[in-house]
Amino acid sequence: MNYLASIGSYFIMIKEVFKKPTKWSVMKQLILKEIDELIYGSLGIIIFISFFIGGVVAIQTALNITSPLIPRNLIGFATRQSVILEFAPTFTSIIMAGKVGSYITSSIGTMRVTEQIDALEIMGVNSLNYLVFPKIIAMLFYPFVIAIAMYVGIFGGWVAGVFGGFSSSADFVEGLQLDFIPFHITYSFIKSIVFALLIATIPSFHGYYMKGGALEVGKASTTSFVWTSVVIIIVNYVLTQLLLG
Amino acid sequence: MIEVNNIHKSFGDTHVLKGVSSHFEKGKTNLIIGQSGSGKTVFIKCLLGLFSTDEGTISYDGKIYSELTGDEQRDLRQEMGMVFQGSALFDSMTVEGNVMFPLGMFTKQSKSEMQDRANIVLKRVNLIDAHKKFPSEISGGMQKRVAIARAIVMNPKYLFCDEPNSGLDPKTAILIDNLIHEITQEYDITTVINTHDMNSVMEIGEKIIFLKNGLKEWEGSNKEIFKTDNEAVTDFVYSSELFKKVRQMYIEERN
Repeated sequence: MNYLASIGSYFIMIKEVFKKPTKWSVMKQLILKEIDELIYGSLGIIIFISFFIGGVVAIQTALNITSPLIPRNLIGFATRQSVILEFAPTFTSIIMAGKVGSYITSSIGTMRVTEQIDALEIMGVNSLNYLVFPKIIAMLFYPFVIAIAMYVGIFGGWVAGVFGGFSSSADFVEGLQLDFIPFHITYSFIKSIVFALLIATIPSFHGYYMKGGALEVGKASTTSFVWTSVVIIIVNYVLTQLLLG
Repeated sequence: MIEVNNIHKSFGDTHVLKGVSSHFEKGKTNLIIGQSGSGKTVFIKCLLGLFSTDEGTISYDGKIYSELTGDEQRDLRQEMGMVFQGSALFDSMTVEGNVMFPLGMFTKQSKSEMQDRANIVLKRVNLIDAHKKFPSEISGGMQKRVAIARAIVMNPKYLFCDEPNSGLDPKTAILIDNLIHEITQEYDITTVINTHDMNSVMEIGEKIIFLKNGLKEWEGSNKEIFKTDNEAVTDFVYSSELFKKVRQMYIEERN
């Protein structure tokens, strides 16, 4: 019953976010600030993780090719498919749920605890629009992060495959181009947009409606990470079934 | 003027406000006092519209809050200023940024006009040197003064203060009390203060409401509170030996 009430409150919150918009000159600054915090500030960790994940996928694929009948271009093919379909959009989103999600929950939660949200409301500001809307808009740039993650992941696979002696560069590139279906990129970007909205709104919900003090801010951050990850995984399954099934 | 008519508020099975009525006049400093758990904070949050009442009405110069649409309620809130117990300053903004915030949100003033207005109110609360500092870099008393400056920057009709001098030393507390009282008269604001501080009661309490168990137990001024025979009020106000002696001296002087 509590879960149902929370889901209901979440959708009411989403509706409120789009009511009584904040003045554009103020909102513009907030959006730029959030793009810097949420998108630009996450590039380093995303590039680092994607590079090594791509490398690990290439090495593991190579190590599992025991039959001489299987072509070596499978390493490039498997890396491309794994990175584009799952590792870049889904794995990166789970990382972002931890990094960006906990930042969103703790910053909004701290504002709740220190009555800064009440102060906004009393001034006549729609606090949900002021706090959550810029995060949603900033996260619409998330597919760019995913595109970078795809590129760097495949590059990591190429580096590991070629410099690890598992594949020649020509074989790897041939595998990358083999049976390429452009819709897989579209599918990946559709997923990343949906995940971006989840990463912006679920942690905001947990921060905005939290009760208590500093300890509860920490608890809310953990809870928001768990729920964002759970929802991402469920939505990933549903979208995969709908778009590729 | 704010008129409160028989307001009730419950949270689950807990009936916090059980029918409180009163009115708060323009240009006067009105104090809400009472023990912890008496319903003071809930009462002030109902006045601010942060809690909706279960029964009864609150009207601001004739406008009944519960009958206004969501947008009208937000517009009315723009006429309110609030000083929170913990100041509630925005950590990411400087003192000047905090004071300019409502101007940036609701006016079409240029940056220099907003800075001029912020400087006027910061000067009024004696904080002109701190305008480039962040809230974490200034003392609790200074934070309260910034909160007052932010609350009055839009020339509000109504000013609400929740424990404005809690956590402050007695000298600073008196300074804050006097500042709020002066601003109330100067700007002709309806001010409502939620307090535990007996110095505030004696110094600036032009109208005092004593809440007990969610009911209005007593109402009067700081002059009348000396004379009252209401046992609950005298027990609360004169709980310290010092105030008991002061009251005794006052009564003896009168006799």
